[in-house]
Amino acid sequence: MNSAEYDIIIIGAGPAGISATILAEQYKASVLVLDENCAPGGQIYRAIEKNQKKAYAWLGQSYQDGLPLVEAFRKSRVDYRHSATVWHLSNTKTVHYCVNGRTHSVKGRQILIATGAQERPFPILGWTLSGVMSAGAAQILLKESGVVCENAVFIGTGPLLYLIAHQYISAGIPIKAIIDTTPRSNYFRAIKYGFGALRSIKSILQGWRWKREILKSGTLYISNINGVRINGSDSVESIEYFQKGKWRNISCKHVFLHQGVVPEINTSLSVGCDKSWNERQACWTIDVNQYGQSSVSGISVAGDASSIAGGVAAAQRGSIAALNMLCNIDIISSRDRGVLSKPFKKKLRAEMIARAFIETLFKPHSRYRIPQDSETIICRCEEVTLAQIKESIDLGCKGPSQLKSFTRCGMGPCQGRFCGLSVTEILAKELGVGAKQVGYYNIRPPIKPITLGELASLDET
Amino acid sequence: MFRSINNSQDELITIYFEGRALSVSKDHNVATALLEAGISNFRKTALNNESRGPYCMMGVCFDCLININGIDNQQSCMIQVSGGMKIKRQIINTLGIGE
Repeated sequence: MNSAEYDIIIIGAGPAGISATILAEQYKASVLVLDENCAPGGQIYRAIEKNQKKAYAWLGQSYQDGLPLVEAFRKSRVDYRHSATVWHLSNTKTVHYCVNGRTHSVKGRQILIATGAQERPFPILGWTLSGVMSAGAAQILLKESGVVCENAVFIGTGPLLYLIAHQYISAGIPIKAIIDTTPRSNYFRAIKYGFGALRSIKSILQGWRWKREILKSGTLYISNINGVRINGSDSVESIEYFQKGKWRNISCKHVFLHQGVVPEINTSLSVGCDKSWNERQACWTIDVNQYGQSSVSGISVAGDASSIAGGVAAAQRGSIAALNMLCNIDIISSRDRGVLSKPFKKKLRAEMIARAFIETLFKPHSRYRIPQDSETIICRCEEVTLAQIKESIDLGCKGPSQLKSFTRCGMGPCQGRFCGLSVTEILAKELGVGAKQVGYYNIRPPIKPITLGELASLDET
Repeated sequence: MFRSINNSQDELITIYFEGRALSVSKDHNVATALLEAGISNFRKTALNNESRGPYCMMGVCFDCLININGIDNQQSCMIQVSGGMKIKRQIINTLGIGE
């Protein structure tokens, strides 16, 4: 088995991975970029090259802003493997990845995990019915394929929900209803961060404008509700929301759910990176120092994969991490690292100003994170309900890994990505302890499912 | 209902779903092509025999798994369509054996 060696291996070609690549290449480091998508840009700038020709103005300026980054990436002469799934990352910095059913093995002196974010689970009754998708999925369909869904109901909270609704309305696509689950009390809690947010008034105003245009379009907009569920026998037939003492029904065939995004932590955890529970974001974040260096030597994490801060921040964090990796392999001095990272850090600070306000305002209500209805499916893959989890707790289950043995919860193909957060918070509530104490699943390779054939092809590479 | 808003002439190819010929854009992934053709039930779950379809469209949730050219468990949101592709709803029982 021959393992090629690179100075730096970057996993993920979103804003963080791309920015790190461009910078590392400037200093003549040998770089390999592995990305699961078929084109660079990550989820935020997905299909941006393709869409440039079509000039969809309604995709918005913040999307168009990604083009120079992707163009610079294309001009770089680094090795770039698209459609590549990384399924193993060892602390000896060997990466195993699969392209077209074949496994390849490669070694890096430094590894950057820039795997971005995923949608936060939205465990409510009916969220597994066919016809229910995430709002992120709606955006992917729109960016990647120019495909939209007419008369869908959007349910949830957070900037992405308003963004996609605004894009639909701008493109003239009818929306049946928007059910806003933002808790009213969040507005009061967010006020104390309002002063900080004022310094980045531009993004706040933009959100405000989106919402105003959504309301002006005449789309049915429902807020201040106390519960929501989706009904259907085989696929979605209707949604119900609880307001002013009773359940109210809207018939529909398609639902898009969204309550924020959370870091893709499986890759980092699989190699042993330390994590922390962030109460304001109600999710795990990966511990990194000011340069993106994780607790594992030679492994850095940048962008939303460590903690959510958005695409512009991710680009800065990618550049800073690249400088640190260059310093670690003696291409630049630690003095250069300090001086060169200053402009990126300055821009990052500016991006972070409004975070506390946004996170507080859009923190999803606990009832949509820790469901109360016992029939709610928590683990989509293994079809494990809240009732089964509670039963296991009654039998003495103390943590997420033990829950796997009790119920198979988290053992399906998504490997806990769509139940892990719910499981942590449910256990914390039921056991009366903190999320930190409960912990998370032990993540082991393969971090994405592979076939035996793909595994067997390893020796031939 | 899903529909395309691309006015440009995307090149079309033919794929088959449960034996039915579908004319789809050659740039689509399998999940998108099926959604646009009005198909949202991609598989039945092994335990409770419930219908599932794509949820995340970015390769995370694995709910869009489907049988492509005789092979189960293909991530339809991550695979491009190709001419003549034969797609079937995925029905796997608890023993993990496809029907």
